[in-house]
Amino acid sequence: MLKFIVKRILWALVTIWAIISITFIIMHSIPGDPFAREGSMPEAVYQNLRSFYNLDEPLYVQYGLYLKQIAQFDFGPSLKSNTLTVNDYIANGFPVSLQLGAQALILAVCLGLILGVIAAVNRNKWPDYFAMVLAIIGISVPSFILATFLINFLAVEWRLFPVATWQTMKHTVLPTISLAMLPMAYIARLMRSSMLEVLNQDYMITAKSKGLNKGFILIKYGLRNAILPVVTVLGIITANLVTGSFIVEHIFGVPGIGELFVKGIFNRDYPVILGSTIFYSIILIFLILIVDIAYTWIDPRIKVTGESK
Amino acid sequence: MKKRLNIFMSVFFALMLVLAGCTTTGDKADPEKDDDNKDPNVETPAEKKVLRTNNHSEPGALHPGLAQGTHDSWVIDHVFEGLTVKAPDGTIAPGMAETWDTSEDGLTWTFHLRDGVQWSNGDPVTAADFEYAWKFALDPNNASQYAYQMYYLENGQAFNEVGATILKEYNEAVEKAEKDGTEPPEKPVIAEADLQPARDKVGVKALDEKTLEVKLATATPYFLDLTSFYTYYPINKTVAESNPDWFKEAATFVSNGAFKLTEWKHKESLTLAKNDSYYDAAKVNLDEVVLYVIEDNNTAWQMYQTGEIDLLDNLPSEVTGKLIADQAPDFHNAAELSTYYYNLNSDVKPFNNPKVRRAFGMAIDRQTIVEHVAQGGQMPAYGVVPPGMPDVSGDFRENAGALFEENYDEAKKLLAEGLAEEGLKKLPELTLLYNTNEIHKVIAEAIQEMWRKNLGVENVTLENVEFQVKLDREQSGDYMISRAGWIGDYVDPMTYLDLWVSDGPYNDANYSNPEYDALVNTAKTSMDPTVRMEAMHQAEQILMNDMPIIPVYYYTRPHVYKENVTGIYTLINRQPSFKFADIE
Repeated sequence: MLKFIVKRILWALVTIWAIISITFIIMHSIPGDPFAREGSMPEAVYQNLRSFYNLDEPLYVQYGLYLKQIAQFDFGPSLKSNTLTVNDYIANGFPVSLQLGAQALILAVCLGLILGVIAAVNRNKWPDYFAMVLAIIGISVPSFILATFLINFLAVEWRLFPVATWQTMKHTVLPTISLAMLPMAYIARLMRSSMLEVLNQDYMITAKSKGLNKGFILIKYGLRNAILPVVTVLGIITANLVTGSFIVEHIFGVPGIGELFVKGIFNRDYPVILGSTIFYSIILIFLILIVDIAYTWIDPRIKVTGESK
Repeated sequence: MKKRLNIFMSVFFALMLVLAGCTTTGDKADPEKDDDNKDPNVETPAEKKVLRTNNHSEPGALHPGLAQGTHDSWVIDHVFEGLTVKAPDGTIAPGMAETWDTSEDGLTWTFHLRDGVQWSNGDPVTAADFEYAWKFALDPNNASQYAYQMYYLENGQAFNEVGATILKEYNEAVEKAEKDGTEPPEKPVIAEADLQPARDKVGVKALDEKTLEVKLATATPYFLDLTSFYTYYPINKTVAESNPDWFKEAATFVSNGAFKLTEWKHKESLTLAKNDSYYDAAKVNLDEVVLYVIEDNNTAWQMYQTGEIDLLDNLPSEVTGKLIADQAPDFHNAAELSTYYYNLNSDVKPFNNPKVRRAFGMAIDRQTIVEHVAQGGQMPAYGVVPPGMPDVSGDFRENAGALFEENYDEAKKLLAEGLAEEGLKKLPELTLLYNTNEIHKVIAEAIQEMWRKNLGVENVTLENVEFQVKLDREQSGDYMISRAGWIGDYVDPMTYLDLWVSDGPYNDANYSNPEYDALVNTAKTSMDPTVRMEAMHQAEQILMNDMPIIPVYYYTRPHVYKENVTGIYTLINRQPSFKFADIE
């Protein structure tokens, strides 16, 4: 197990290095300049800025400097803020996105699993239709429409929740729902199809014929076998949720890290683009590792080392 | 089908409510957290007056020398104060300086600071704090984007250019090396020894604790307007020298204005409190101001509707249109230092002919554009200098009035005459260039249609490109008609009229008229307000007769505040000021 983890971490380092290099090349080949000279910026001011951020050095020198910096876990300054560095942005924003993402994840997993199981057990009856219509809405309605809709009715019309900002638990409710809908729908659909397959397995029929309690069978044999596909996608869903959503955070004024990457590209803020890409990659790689370990715990037939003894 | 959808929606809603209920149960124990939706005035004790508003984006630098936009300046304007201030009516009034003297040639200014002015930490505000702040902005190693605001100072530009001069050779070497694939030289360091002599020559000097002597590069009649601008604000030298990061957190923040920064939750909110050591504190009524950081204009507008904020500018444009139509009592509109216009390239036929240019300018129905197309509360423009600029007495725009009229018959006649003069039988194919943007697009379409209907011009095609591409093509003269806008740098008509002097760096219309150049020069060099303003009125009239650019509208600054808020005023190049605001 330990050997497996060490090996995976080494591979992760290589992957991250490759991501840095590719991002660095692509980022510098798109047209545009972080200090685009519209309006009245004189030449000297422009030169001073480029020199201050070392943008006037040859690209390979900048690349070397960046790798050296990264080795010390320093993501560098943001070109658009004299106040916050990229490290500050992540340190301030990640806990917020993590909280919002975790809340949304819990909501999405609990509700998604319940809806999926209900739908499968009541196949082609009204609870199935209801659950699947909800899932289709969740998948097809974009989060910005859902968010606007929730704000309009629950906050502006009925005054049940505040419109936006990030202060109390109550402020987190609407963004959590907006963020949870899509993964919830996805999990519900996945759970339904996987559960349907399991329900037809011989061991389920055997268990039933032994006269075991119906609910017991469903949880002990059904859920445990059906949940594997869900666990597989859970790593990616979690990574998506905890790294923040640009749209949901933008609309609700949530001070997370969801906007970091998008705004970084828009502003050609090179350190922010690189920093956020690396950070997202680390999270994703870490979560995929967790998922692989979780497999062995849920299904003892799977061995991490890939050896079949 | 629709009915069924409704049922689904209701079920969906019911479920949402159940969910919402579930997630908040852990919250009920805390009585403080349940009051978000109650009337804010009930919650706040009567004696504590709190104004809540939106700052739109996280400030990049709450530092006078490093600030570079409205997301910084709105806070800075309320927590700092310069030598002069703008009174609510827009006139210049004493700020940190009580009095000042000017030399005859307008080059030397001596400011005398007020007695007993203090920083929020109790230090006295001294002339040295101004000298330090102004030189900080110019120092090339600080890479200030607004450093050029200090180029008015004698040798200011030279100091700012020290770095660029040293690096020029290096930059060329890097470019050459990248082309040849050879090794470039090491990047040179801009050492303190290179900077010190240039710094000492900059025309600002603290003669003693309370006297600041300023020497300018050229006579600048609007210099007192500049000293009220944020790049010219002071910095507490002692604090800044011992802690260069002083402006990054509320705990170390020191300022000298009507308010002080007491809390800064990054990307979330900023809290300002009344600064009791401010000399004019008796006139400041608010105890606290909360500025949220909400980037989405619609969300901010919804927060205003639910009473979570009291004052809001940057309204969504459809909201502005509706508020104007409804004559909402909490809606206010103020002049802004900004004009929307079209460039006509004077270097290409047929726009080399002034009659043709005038014809195109006269055939646009501006009222319709403002009311039905742009819909943001803008004002039709019949001149280039926007309203709100002071004249010798009164308002420059009002005194000048409309400098041309919309007259379609006259326009057709002028077009025919102009074409005849150029020996053209009909108009060539025309292209209107604009940068990709929904508003620019609909305005361009409307104007295209107006030219067709009012002038009989059928062959105008629209072309949209990225903003950077548009700038490039304008500068290289590769266009016929192009959309443009200009935000004034300072409050004097010169910030506009200077644009169209022959070979001016921003003269994208390639206009050239010696008479115009002479008048602009007169206004630039004279210190006599009557002479200057007269010259600028004449220059604007010439410009509008020749019409190298077609003014379309003046931008305005629509904003709303609750009816129990009083004392808000909006200066022409600033956001609404809450310095003297009150809540009833």
